Amino acid sequence: MSEHISFVVNGTPRELDVEPRRLLVQAIREDLDLTGTHVGCDTSQCGACTVHVDGMAMKSCTMLAVQADGSEVTTIEGLAEGENLHPMQAAFWEKHGLQCGFCTPGMIMTAVDLLTATPIRRTPRSAMRSRATTAAARATRTSSPPSATPPRPSGPARRRPRSRRGSR
Amino acid sequence: MTDVLGAPIKRVEDPRFITGNGNYLDDIKLPSMAHMAILRSPYAHANIRSVDTSRAKKMPGVIAVFVGADIPYNPLPMAWPAGGVAGIKNNVNTPRILATDSVKWTGEGVAGVVAETPEQAYDALEAIDVDYEPLAAVVEVEKAIEPGAPQLHENAPNNIVFEWSVGDKDGTAAAIDGAEVVVRQRIVNQRLIPNPMETRGDIGWYNPGTDEYTVWMSSQTPHIQRLLLAAFVTGIPEHKIRCISPDVGGAFGTKIFCYADMALCMFASKAIGGRPVKWVEGRRENYQSTIHGRDHVTWIEIAGKRDGEVTGLRVKTLANLGGRLSTIGPGIPTTLYGRVLSGCYKFPNVYAEVTGVYTNTTFVDAYRGAGRPEATYVVERAMDLFAAEIGMDRAAVRRKNFIPPDQFPYENPSGLGTASGGAKIYIDSGNYEPALNKAITTAGYMDLEAKKAEAKARGKLLGMGLSTYIEVCGVAPSKWIGAVGEGWGAAMWESANIRVHLTGKTVVTMGTQPQGQGHETTYAQVVSHELGIPMDDIVVQHSDTQGTPFGYGSYGSRTSSVGMTAAIKASAKIREKARKYAAHLLEASPDDVEVDGANYFIKGSPDKAKTLQEIAFALDLAFDAPEGMEPYLDETAYYDTPNCTWPFGTHIAVVEIDEETGKVDLVRYVAVDDVGKKINPLIVDGQLHGGIAQGVGQALWEGAVYDDNGQLLTGSMLDYALPRASYFPKIELDETVTPSPVNPIGVKGVGEAGAIASTAAVANAVVDALSPLGIRHLDMPYTAQTVWRAIQGAKGGQA
Repeated sequence: MSEHISFVVNGTPRELDVEPRRLLVQAIREDLDLTGTHVGCDTSQCGACTVHVDGMAMKSCTMLAVQADGSEVTTIEGLAEGENLHPMQAAFWEKHGLQCGFCTPGMIMTAVDLLTATPIRRTPRSAMRSRATTAAARATRTSSPPSATPPRPSGPARRRPRSRRGSR
Repeated sequence: MTDVLGAPIKRVEDPRFITGNGNYLDDIKLPSMAHMAILRSPYAHANIRSVDTSRAKKMPGVIAVFVGADIPYNPLPMAWPAGGVAGIKNNVNTPRILATDSVKWTGEGVAGVVAETPEQAYDALEAIDVDYEPLAAVVEVEKAIEPGAPQLHENAPNNIVFEWSVGDKDGTAAAIDGAEVVVRQRIVNQRLIPNPMETRGDIGWYNPGTDEYTVWMSSQTPHIQRLLLAAFVTGIPEHKIRCISPDVGGAFGTKIFCYADMALCMFASKAIGGRPVKWVEGRRENYQSTIHGRDHVTWIEIAGKRDGEVTGLRVKTLANLGGRLSTIGPGIPTTLYGRVLSGCYKFPNVYAEVTGVYTNTTFVDAYRGAGRPEATYVVERAMDLFAAEIGMDRAAVRRKNFIPPDQFPYENPSGLGTASGGAKIYIDSGNYEPALNKAITTAGYMDLEAKKAEAKARGKLLGMGLSTYIEVCGVAPSKWIGAVGEGWGAAMWESANIRVHLTGKTVVTMGTQPQGQGHETTYAQVVSHELGIPMDDIVVQHSDTQGTPFGYGSYGSRTSSVGMTAAIKASAKIREKARKYAAHLLEASPDDVEVDGANYFIKGSPDKAKTLQEIAFALDLAFDAPEGMEPYLDETAYYDTPNCTWPFGTHIAVVEIDEETGKVDLVRYVAVDDVGKKINPLIVDGQLHGGIAQGVGQALWEGAVYDDNGQLLTGSMLDYALPRASYFPKIELDETVTPSPVNPIGVKGVGEAGAIASTAAVANAVVDALSPLGIRHLDMPYTAQTVWRAIQGAKGGQA
C-alpha cells in the first residue's frame, strides 16, 4: 500500500516508498533523517515545520509526501552553503531572533520566502511564544537592506504550488 | 582580555539551532526503538468499569498494550503542599501512571500502546474498548465548592484540596471596618495553556545487561525527575536511573514536573525486553495532558484613606488545581502568591485566604511567573480601583504607598517572613520611584488627557495602564522553602563543577537546565569573568544526570542568581588551588602569589606569570605536585542562597479601543525593569520581550475554555488564541539598575518579569480606556466581543 516518490531534497535526488497518508514532514524527519524541521502543532497553525517546495514556503505538516513527488524541497539543513550561513540565518543569530530554537527553522524558511517573494519590510506571522516575536522581525529586516539583492531563491524557476498542496 | 560579563554577546548555542542541528526529544532515534501512544479519557468524569485491549493487541505492529492495573508503580508524588499554617490539611490525590478506577478530566491517561511505528500505535488506540460510567462533571471553582456539586474524591469533601491563610486576620479586619474608603471587586484570572513550541515527550530505555534505566525527557529538572521517579514512583534505586534532557524547546514551567508518561516509558521498555520506547505528545494532547496555569477567582477588598494611603488589603481566592494534583500545584497559589500579595507596597495590614479546589479539568501548576502574575494582577488592579474611588492619580497613589528605599531589607506584611520552614526572608533591595518616573516620562503619562481627546476624535477610546510590579526570583533559601511535610519538602540550592582540562579547555557542568535561555553563553560569560580565560576556552555542559552535579533545575528565575553563584564559588575554588600550585611552580609562598585574570605571579613580577592553563596542564599531569596536593583542577561548589532576589519595575501599556466594535489594539508598550546586574543585555531583552508578549496574551486573547461537561473547547491552536508578532507594537525597554546585595555579581533574574508585569498593565489600560463609560473593572481576555458587550452594557443597551 505504499507509493513510490522521487524528489530532490536539498539538491540531492531521493527516492522513497511511503504510505499514502504519510505527511511530508514525517518523510523529511523520519525517512530522510532531516530532523531540523520540527512539528509544533497538529493543525497547521504554528509554522515550525515550514520548508520550501519548489522555492515556496510550505508547512510540511499540511502536505502529503506523495504530493511532493517530482518536487524540489529545501529544508533548513539545505539553506547554508557549506560553512557559510544564509544571510537570514546569520541575521537571526546576530539579532537574537531565537531562544529555544525549536520553531526557528520554520521561521527562517518562512522569512527567506517572504523576502524572496516580496523584498520589503514585513513581519513573519508564526505563532510565537518567545523573544522571536519582535526580534525575528528585526532579523528579517536586517537580512534585506532595501537596496540589496534578495537572498538567493532556492530551487529552480518559481512556480505556484499545485492546488492539491497544503496551506502556506 | 576583555571582560565579557555584562556584554551583549551573540549566543554560542545558536549555530546549531539556526542550521537545524538542534537535538530535541523527538529528534532522537535509537536502535530498535518502539513507539508509544496513550489512550486518553474522552470524559471529564467517569468510572472505569473495564478496559478491553484484546482487539488492540492484534493490530498490525502492536508490541504491547498496558492498562493501569499492569503498572506496579505508585501514583505520582505531590511535593509541595500548602504549608506554613498550623494544622493545615492537604487532601492529596495525584494521577496514577494510567488511571485504574476513574478518570477526573478529559485527557487523563487510561491505556498505553507500544508499536513498531507511531502510526501503528495510534491506530491501535482506536481498538481499545473502555467501558466508562460517565459521571456529572464540574469545571468552575465556585460551583465545585457548592453543596451538592459532583464530588471528585472521597478524601476531599466539597472538592477542597486545602484551606490556607496568611497575614494578620484581625488587624486587617479592623483596618477594613474602620476605613474611610473600602473598594470591593471580584476578579477572575483565567486559565491559560502554556504552549511551549515543543510539546513534551520521553524515551525510556531499560538496559537488561546492567539493570539500569535511561530516560530522555523534555524537562527543566532532570535531576529532580530522577529523584522523584526513583524514590516516590518506581522504587528503582536512584543510581539505576539516568535522566537526560536534550535541547528543550521552551517550557514556561510545564516541564518542571513529574509526569506519568515518564514512568510509563520506563515500564514499557522493560516490559518489552529492553527496546527503547518513545512517546511524543501531540499538540492537542499537550492541551489536555500537560499542566495549565493560573485559574483563580478572587475577591479583593482594599481599604485606605482619602489622601491615598492604603491601610488594608484582604483577598479571598479560589484556586482551581484540576482533577488531580500536579507536582507542586498547591505551592503556587499559596507561598508564591499569597505571600507576595502586597507587592512593592508598605500596606500595614494584609490578609489572604486561599482555597485549593478540585474540578474536572487538567491539572494546574507553575506557569511563567507562577503565582506572582496572579498576585501582581490582584494588587495592581486593586491600586487602580482604589485610586479611581478616591479620585486620585494612579501614579500618585502608587508613590504614596511604595516601600521607601531606606526600608530594605523589608519584611512584608503578607507573610514572606515565614514560609514552610519558619525561616524568614526579606525583600532585599528596591528603589521603585525612579523606575515609575522613567516609565511615565517615556510613555507621556502626564499628557494622557490630551492623548485621550485626540483618540476620541478618531473614534477610539485610549487608555493607559500602569503596573508597578516586584518579582521573587532566585528561589529559594532551603531553610525558608524546604521544611519536610509543611512545604516544598526539599532544598533549593544549586551546584556547579569546573574542570580545567590539561588540553586547555575549561568545562563547566551544573544542575540547572536550559530551555532556551542561553545558559551555554551566560555561564561561560560568568566563568570567563571569574577565571580570566576567553569564552572560546569555556565549554558549558548540562542536562544529563550522569555527568553533572545534582541540582534542582531551572524555574523561578533562579539560574542566574543561584546557579551561577555556584559557578562563581567553584571558580573561586579553582583559583585558590591554582594559586597554591602556582606558588609551587614559582617557588614562592602561596601568600606571595597574586592573581590577575588568568595570570598567577609573584607580587611585583607579573612578567613571569603562569597562566591558568599552564597551571592546569602541569597540575593535571601532576609529575611534580607538592606533597599533599591533589592533582587536577576540578572543583565542585554547592550554593544555597541566603535570600531570594527581587526585581521590580514599572510597565505602561497604551491601548486604543474601537468604540463601535470593541476591538482592542495595543499601541504602545513601555517597560522599565530593574533586574540588577545584567550578565548579557541581549538575553535580558529577549526574556523581557517574550515575557511581555506572554502576559499581554493573557490580557487580550488567551484563555482555556471548558464546557459544562468538562470538554476543552479551546482544544488546539485553532481555538486557543496565541499572540502573533503582528499584534504588537515595538516594545520600548528601559532600565534602572539596583544590584541585588544577595549574590556577588548583583544579579536578580529576569525569566518571568515580563509575564508578571504586563498582564496587569494591559488590564489597567483597558479599564482606563473604558472608564469614561463608568466601567471600573472587566475580566480578561479583552476580546472584541467582551469589550463590545461591556460598552453596550454601560451605555444601557441590550448587550
